[in-house]
Amino acid sequence: MADKVLMKGNEALAEAAIMAGCRHYFGYPITPQTEVAAYLAKRMPKVGGTFLQAESEIAAINMVIGVASAGKRVMTSSSSPGISLKSEGLSYLAGCDLPALVVNVQRGGPGLGGIQPSQSDYFHATRGAGHGDFHMLVLAPASVQEMASLVFKGFDLADKYRMTAMILADGTMGQMMEPVSLDMGEVKQYDKSWAVTGTKGARPHNIVNSLSLLPEELEQWNLKRYEKYAEIEKNEVMYDSFMAEDADVIVVSFGVGARVARNAIVEARAKGIKAGLIRPITLWPFPKQALKAAAAHAKAFVSVELSMGQMIEDIELSIRCFRPVLLCRRVGGMIPTPEEVLAKIEEADKTGGNEA
Amino acid sequence: MIVFEKPKALADVKLHYCPGCTHGIVHRLVAEAIDELGIEGRTIGIAPVGCSVFAYNYFNCDMVEAAHGRAPAVATGVKRANPDNIVFTYQGDGDLAAIGTAETVHSAARNENITVIFVNNAIYGMTGGQMAPTTLPGQITQTSPYGRDTATVGYPIKVCELLSNVTGATYLERVAVNNVKNVKAAGAAIKKAFRYQMEGKGFSLIEVLSSCPTNWGLTPDKALEWLEQNMIPYYPLGVYKDRYAEGGAGK
Repeated sequence: MADKVLMKGNEALAEAAIMAGCRHYFGYPITPQTEVAAYLAKRMPKVGGTFLQAESEIAAINMVIGVASAGKRVMTSSSSPGISLKSEGLSYLAGCDLPALVVNVQRGGPGLGGIQPSQSDYFHATRGAGHGDFHMLVLAPASVQEMASLVFKGFDLADKYRMTAMILADGTMGQMMEPVSLDMGEVKQYDKSWAVTGTKGARPHNIVNSLSLLPEELEQWNLKRYEKYAEIEKNEVMYDSFMAEDADVIVVSFGVGARVARNAIVEARAKGIKAGLIRPITLWPFPKQALKAAAAHAKAFVSVELSMGQMIEDIELSIRCFRPVLLCRRVGGMIPTPEEVLAKIEEADKTGGNEA
Repeated sequence: MIVFEKPKALADVKLHYCPGCTHGIVHRLVAEAIDELGIEGRTIGIAPVGCSVFAYNYFNCDMVEAAHGRAPAVATGVKRANPDNIVFTYQGDGDLAAIGTAETVHSAARNENITVIFVNNAIYGMTGGQMAPTTLPGQITQTSPYGRDTATVGYPIKVCELLSNVTGATYLERVAVNNVKNVKAAGAAIKKAFRYQMEGKGFSLIEVLSSCPTNWGLTPDKALEWLEQNMIPYYPLGVYKDRYAEGGAGK
């Protein structure tokens, strides 16, 4: 195993992109993810890559579309307000079936909001990243190690399925420092014969396009894309669990919320409450089956979120509202404390069974 | 003996353009330049949103369809990914000078080594004839039904003049396709813009004054007359910048 180095989340993420073979990055400064750009501005020229500070988030995501069309690995990163601007491009990436990695180090919103950590772009990432029917692979790191390893994984999944992978981090993951191993393994290569690289007179022209004015054709394109999504839901779900096997109360949380929840669960166990954690690593596809299975033995769930309550809808859908789901939330850049989570676990333990 | 044929870079398909529209001429000039320079196999075109949205079906080279206004950003990505490719965008006035103004100005400022073909017909054609950023003062369109009122909606954007103040830009020329002489000059300018890119000289933009008989409400020949009498005086033809012209500063 390679030696660990102490790195900031944003920097570990950037270095992992280089290790994944990404040689093109386009971005625009915004807190709290600017370190990604600063790091790559230094690093890209040394590995023969392109770092380009675009005139806007919109231009940056369209430059991403250009590189992705040419069949090369490419990344952009931003934070919530900037991700709103990228929405147009996210829709086109989906419509053109292009692989790309997009990072959202979330801050509080809506509007200009604040610059402290948030998870309130959950709906945007998993439901409404832009116009039209589409999904992105959404990966939620809960450590600096995962800031790196999920970037590596994200590039691989993006290429494998020809779609956008989004790293949905909260500001905490971007800003904190932890030891990280950058031993990422081999980069897998995928067929990109669809890319625009020039016909060289040897093949018919390739077209990267999302337009069809024929409803019958456009319907088929959508249906085909959703067949791919069904495959992904079957094969690519990732989650972590902690003391969940026998738990009466299942806490569901991701990112920094999951780290706080872990502490609360240890406290709850010390108090004799059988609590456990299921931490989705992929927010889309969401670990529906794991939650459904947990609902067989758990009497209640607690959703811990840095939003007004967005993931809670996926929990309720996953368990078909078979058990009550309580919400423990902080917003605006606030993070739930272990005490607040513990209080919800206790409440769930007391009332959960009755409400079910 | 063949005296006249279709350029090889143009696909053998029926174009969807209205009768008398000059997009066909501009397509041909671009294709001729690609043929003459022998670059079809390494050229990537970026199609815009607008009347030429289907350009990806008309050129035989690899093509990408961009979002409205974003062609220069997409072209930047394609070019940076494979600098040996020859990359051009084909854009209309709404695309290039309204929704995509930032992408246009900044790709010029970076002296991005791409070729921009800018078709200026002073109107939004595809959506049925609305006021464009290049619609002339007093010109009647669907969204300026009493004529473009400069007191309330301001003045047209003169793209070549604007970009001539952008230090990064390499070559800017305004041409027209209203008569044989001008078409020949337009072809030469387009070819030069592609040649400059091959030589690594940087950002070129060729503005082509074009007609839109359908949305101008004129017959094709009257439309060409209108172009000559109204557009050319407002948008004078000529080279607005050429860093590599004789006596030019070069790099």
